[in-house]
Amino acid sequence: MYRYNENDQKIIEQRVAQFRGQTDRYLAGELAEEEFLPLRLQNGLYIQRLAPMLRIAVPYGLLNSKQFRKLAHIARTYDKGYCHITTRQNIQFNWPQLEEVPNILAELAEVQMHAVQTSGNCIRNTTTDQFAGIAQDELEDPRPWCEMIRQWSTFHPEFAFLPRKFKIAVSGTKGDRAAIQVHDIGIQIVKNDNNEIGFKILVGGGLGRTPVVGSVIREFLPQEDLLSYLDAILRVYNRHGNRANKYKARIKILVRAWTPEVFAEEVEAEWEYTKKIPCDLTQQEINRVKGFFTEPNYENLDGNDAEQQLKALTEDNIAFGKWLQRNIHPHRVPGYAAVTLSLKPTGVAPGDITDAQLDAIADLADKFSFGEIRTTHSQNLVLADVKISDLFELWKNAKSGGFATPNIGTLTDMICCPGGDFCSLANAKSIPVAEAIQRKFDDMDYVYDLGDLSLNISGCMNACGHHHVGNIGVLGVDKKGEEFYQIQLGGNADTDTTLGNVLGPSFGREDMPDVIEKILDVFVENRTTEEPFIQTYRRIGITPFKERVYSKPPVEPKESTDA
Amino acid sequence: MPKIIKDGQVVDDTWVIIDKDFEGDLPLAKVLLPMQYYLDKGDSLNLMCAGIWIDSEEEVEAIGHEANIFPLIAVNFPSFMDGRGFSTGRLLKERYGFTGQLRAIGNAIQDQLFYLKRCGFNSYDLKDGTNLEAACQSLNDFDITYQSSTDQPEALFRRNGLHQN
Repeated sequence: MYRYNENDQKIIEQRVAQFRGQTDRYLAGELAEEEFLPLRLQNGLYIQRLAPMLRIAVPYGLLNSKQFRKLAHIARTYDKGYCHITTRQNIQFNWPQLEEVPNILAELAEVQMHAVQTSGNCIRNTTTDQFAGIAQDELEDPRPWCEMIRQWSTFHPEFAFLPRKFKIAVSGTKGDRAAIQVHDIGIQIVKNDNNEIGFKILVGGGLGRTPVVGSVIREFLPQEDLLSYLDAILRVYNRHGNRANKYKARIKILVRAWTPEVFAEEVEAEWEYTKKIPCDLTQQEINRVKGFFTEPNYENLDGNDAEQQLKALTEDNIAFGKWLQRNIHPHRVPGYAAVTLSLKPTGVAPGDITDAQLDAIADLADKFSFGEIRTTHSQNLVLADVKISDLFELWKNAKSGGFATPNIGTLTDMICCPGGDFCSLANAKSIPVAEAIQRKFDDMDYVYDLGDLSLNISGCMNACGHHHVGNIGVLGVDKKGEEFYQIQLGGNADTDTTLGNVLGPSFGREDMPDVIEKILDVFVENRTTEEPFIQTYRRIGITPFKERVYSKPPVEPKESTDA
Repeated sequence: MPKIIKDGQVVDDTWVIIDKDFEGDLPLAKVLLPMQYYLDKGDSLNLMCAGIWIDSEEEVEAIGHEANIFPLIAVNFPSFMDGRGFSTGRLLKERYGFTGQLRAIGNAIQDQLFYLKRCGFNSYDLKDGTNLEAACQSLNDFDITYQSSTDQPEALFRRNGLHQN
């Protein structure tokens, strides 16, 4: 992974000093509330319903064990002993004291971490596929490009006060596991006819209140030109994005108003200028950054041999077999596998992790996976480079640590924002809905039988829980001060990104598990063998679901009272 | 006398900002004319003692290469959250080759000084009530920057292997 040199370290340390000064001025009454607001946001600090929340950046979801232990220490020392993995691969602390935040940031800087631009109207943390570098279908590792974008976007002087937040994602695979179609800029690594690596550029995707799938504005961008092209897009947006209405301020609204074709022309015209500035990548710099993402020291293993041993172990241990089936992802190197550690056991808020678990996972990463850990947008963790022969021992350890729930990609592996329990933007709580659904569907055999199914819950239309792209999406809404939940069906976050359709009128919280059950019943009754939920939905449409969910129970004929 | 920050120092300032809806005779002073006012009446004006100011929603292309006839151009930040002026500054300096004094006016705040400086601004008429002496230190919040901008067109990694090791 990328390691800071003296420059990187100094920049982060000076940022801590800058924010310490700003916090001091705020506490001394020298910096007004409304001026401190964007400054603290760009350092990850929100003021939430109950307490401040600090969102720490995990650049492209990659961490090492030393950083993990630091997070455990912060959870113990400055918080209530846990933290939360977000749907953009970052980490949130829910209970820090505002006065202590500069100290937390100083501690993070010691392990090359920060909370820079994790919030506010600026360029946010760049995200990618959690299986980057090990995926079998990868054209090129996207992480060096994410790091180059991270450096370019860090304290970019022109783009720190954009009309609205700005999110970039990079994908190196044909299948899209980074949701690039629903980002402000989506970057797809591609090869042209001359076998040169470059980028396909999408703009204007996004979830939130107006969900849109992004449009391609350039089929092939030579790799050296990446930063001048990004400068051009951001400049067009900074100058022309809507600043009067924050609900119309995202780039997707501008792209739609102008049409993608016109937007592309504007960017190309601007790029004619920006590419003359010496901002573009050099082969030397590309090689330097790529040098940090070289292969770890893989052993030369016999993949078949390892598979045979596994098979024998699963025959004796059904639970291990289930875990293998759901929580293991294939690796491009023979004899290795990627393991997803589930942070979705029933009874715990999705994505929450305790200090003890952080420490335990750091140990497992050191022992089994070259000391590296990845966060995923589905709020789990990945150990990416585990020897297949170590899987059984890892599973036993993970099981005793409470993060071996074999539910990855199933109904109970829900994506869920913090919702009204924590977030001051939320219209409704989301964690209790997730928990009620998990409790209702606690029969793992039933959950397995349902197969691949994504259920995403957002507590408001800001859509942090990605409800638009869940096979089943749940959106919390407020009706005259009461919490209700709207259901959408048919969303999908894969290569063929699709936005869900609203099922109908919303439901009270207590009705949700039963409503979900009815939806699942319709699926089970209509599916063909092996057909996942999304395919059945696409085949039969929304009507059968609507009819079942909203059908009134038959009314018993009233007994006549006059005999 | 009003004070501003210019080239890292707190100094007196004598420029008078003319409102967009100004009518009548201009005062006998150094005046900052609204860009549109100049574009409408430029030929009839004595520009010996004039600069212009550009509002956040105005397109700097309208003045373009003519910028260099002015000793001073100001860019208005109606709210400090309105970041269009950062682009306006860079375009004036980098695209239109403006070499004069570039000033941020309106409601820019101390904590934006470093970014403003990077975008080519060298004088700052900050939000009313700012402690200017104390604010000057924010001009130097960082010693190193990654990306190219007006003050340092070469990105860090292009400068003599500075970003290696």
